[in-house]
Amino acid sequence: MDISKLHPQLLRVLALLFVLVLVVLFFSVVVDNYLNARLFNRVSTSVAIIAMIAVGQTLVVLTRNIDLSVGSIVGFTAYFVGQLLADHGDLHPLLAVLAAVGVGGVLGAFNGVLVAYGRVPAIIVTLGTLALFRTMLVEYADAGSITTIMLPPWLLELPRTNIFSIGRLDFRLTVGIALVVVLIFHLMLTRLRFGRRLYAVGSNPEAAVVAGIPSQHVVFFAFVLCGALAGLAGFMFLAKFGNITVVAGLGLELRSVAAVVVGGVNIFGGSGTIFGVLLGAVLVDLIDNSLIRWAAISEFWRDALLGMLILLAVATDTVVLRQLNRLRRHRATKLTDQSTEPAAESRQ
Amino acid sequence: MNLVRAAAAKLRSWEGFLLLILIITVIGNAIQSPVFLTVGNQINLFQLSIEKIIVALMMTLIIINAEIDLSVASMMGLSACAFGWLFLHGIPVPLAMIAAILVGTLGGAFNAFWITRVGIPSLVVTLAMLIGFRGLARVLVEDRGITGFPEWFDAMGQQPIIGPFPLALLIFFALLILLIVVLHFSAFGRYVYVIGNNAQMARYSGVDILRVKSILFIASGTVAALAGLLFAARVGAVRGDVALGFELDIITIVLLGGVSIFGGSGSIFGVLLSILIVLNLRNGMALANITGHLQTGVIGSLLILSVLIPNIRQRIRDALERYQAAR
Repeated sequence: MDISKLHPQLLRVLALLFVLVLVVLFFSVVVDNYLNARLFNRVSTSVAIIAMIAVGQTLVVLTRNIDLSVGSIVGFTAYFVGQLLADHGDLHPLLAVLAAVGVGGVLGAFNGVLVAYGRVPAIIVTLGTLALFRTMLVEYADAGSITTIMLPPWLLELPRTNIFSIGRLDFRLTVGIALVVVLIFHLMLTRLRFGRRLYAVGSNPEAAVVAGIPSQHVVFFAFVLCGALAGLAGFMFLAKFGNITVVAGLGLELRSVAAVVVGGVNIFGGSGTIFGVLLGAVLVDLIDNSLIRWAAISEFWRDALLGMLILLAVATDTVVLRQLNRLRRHRATKLTDQSTEPAAESRQ
Repeated sequence: MNLVRAAAAKLRSWEGFLLLILIITVIGNAIQSPVFLTVGNQINLFQLSIEKIIVALMMTLIIINAEIDLSVASMMGLSACAFGWLFLHGIPVPLAMIAAILVGTLGGAFNAFWITRVGIPSLVVTLAMLIGFRGLARVLVEDRGITGFPEWFDAMGQQPIIGPFPLALLIFFALLILLIVVLHFSAFGRYVYVIGNNAQMARYSGVDILRVKSILFIASGTVAALAGLLFAARVGAVRGDVALGFELDIITIVLLGGVSIFGGSGSIFGVLLSILIVLNLRNGMALANITGHLQTGVIGSLLILSVLIPNIRQRIRDALERYQAAR
């Protein structure tokens, strides 16, 4: 089996699976009773939230941008919907979800307008709105907080609702929703025109414009969708924790970028898969949840390790891709030497 | 006549615009409060954000070089925590101070390694280290606070040393002069601009790009560590969240100062003006009883506007030119 013939994306997913297995093996050796149903339930429910955000982040990163404001969007929507439900307890659940998605989408649109039409670099815009949205939350909350007693019972039941259970492995409804969203966006990226355009804009903006793709609109909608998904995550955040203060969702932007980058999305846009990102989110979360249970080292190591993990993921990606390209180019020149046929295999 | 025209052109530039805003802010503050213009308040206003503006000076060079260092605030936290940890373990304070600054140099070299040798964009490397350095800081002090440093150490951050000036302010002025000389009057400074403008061209002209970038990131880490120590001395305590989120303010100051996020243009003078504006604005907001969170929001908006406004101005100018060309 010639490894260089595999598609790089497939290679990435395989490598991620391999690392995942290694991590699980490692922790099941050092931690007693590591592999149990509790671990599965804990990781799956927290991945459900981070995966939503990471999928949105993926759409933005594919277009060669970044959204650092998602943590603040999650916090704001969680608080906003919590307040909404506290005031109107009889609100239909579906309307509450729609409100969360809508508010998130509006905040995302604010980012999108500035990046796509204002031509301000995404890192600047979203670093600014990271602060701005958080300020909005603090002003809106006015030193208050949302607590579980203010919320309607159906919302508090939601995170404990199972679709089905195998033994003590519970498949929660929130996990199911997350998987459906992941699947929808996987199909969108691979099957729909809009999805393909995200890749086109990210891999070569000039060529995308020449090809008649409305780049600005594409980038704008990527930000809107990212905001909307962060809004949905905010709703799930509210359901899971019940108690929301003004620091809700702090730092989620970095976790989502970590999941996206570890999941093999090129930070320069143009390549990456949703399944890779899902695996990235699982890996980041698994390491988090496992370190807490490993008595040998302090749980405070998790951020330090997360930083290193991101660096290593990007570094291997950069180095491996460089080697693969060199191999390909080498083979292509050999081919042209042997025959007059032009080298067709030069895609990344 | 020429001089007048040059002065007018200067005023229409970004620096002129900043100067105008600065004057308005100062007048507004002076009207609002009689104590605003006293020497004491002005020094106090510098003192409250002194660590940020020291780091912002170094960040100016990095951004002109078309790179970014998002890890500075975490490095400030790490150096402060490393100092606290060493102090707690009985290391003499002067030694601990040197070690803490060395931590910054090493961290900067670490960033430089991944950026120049492995070839990962600085945005990614320093974003990862924004998490990583902060994580290490928390590993060192966990969730406790470390206090009880010797009196002379706290005094270093709080008491005036020469005349009314505290040590940190003197360091700021020294670094300011040093960086003006390096950036605007030395070959190294020209390299920084050339690389920021067009790295390809710089390489063909024989500029050692990797060396310049390495020096910048190592210097950035070192300066951030120094700023972290100054913070520890001023507050007299060290916790895991020292300088948390400062990168936002620091980058805002630099970009507001007219430094292009795409590199290649900007000056220390512009950044100095923007430092004065941000400090006065924060001070003015504090005098007007506007809370810290709202201040952060205002700074965030300022960051976006500082890039949006020049963009719109440029587009209007282009449209006007096209209109005139059409006629």
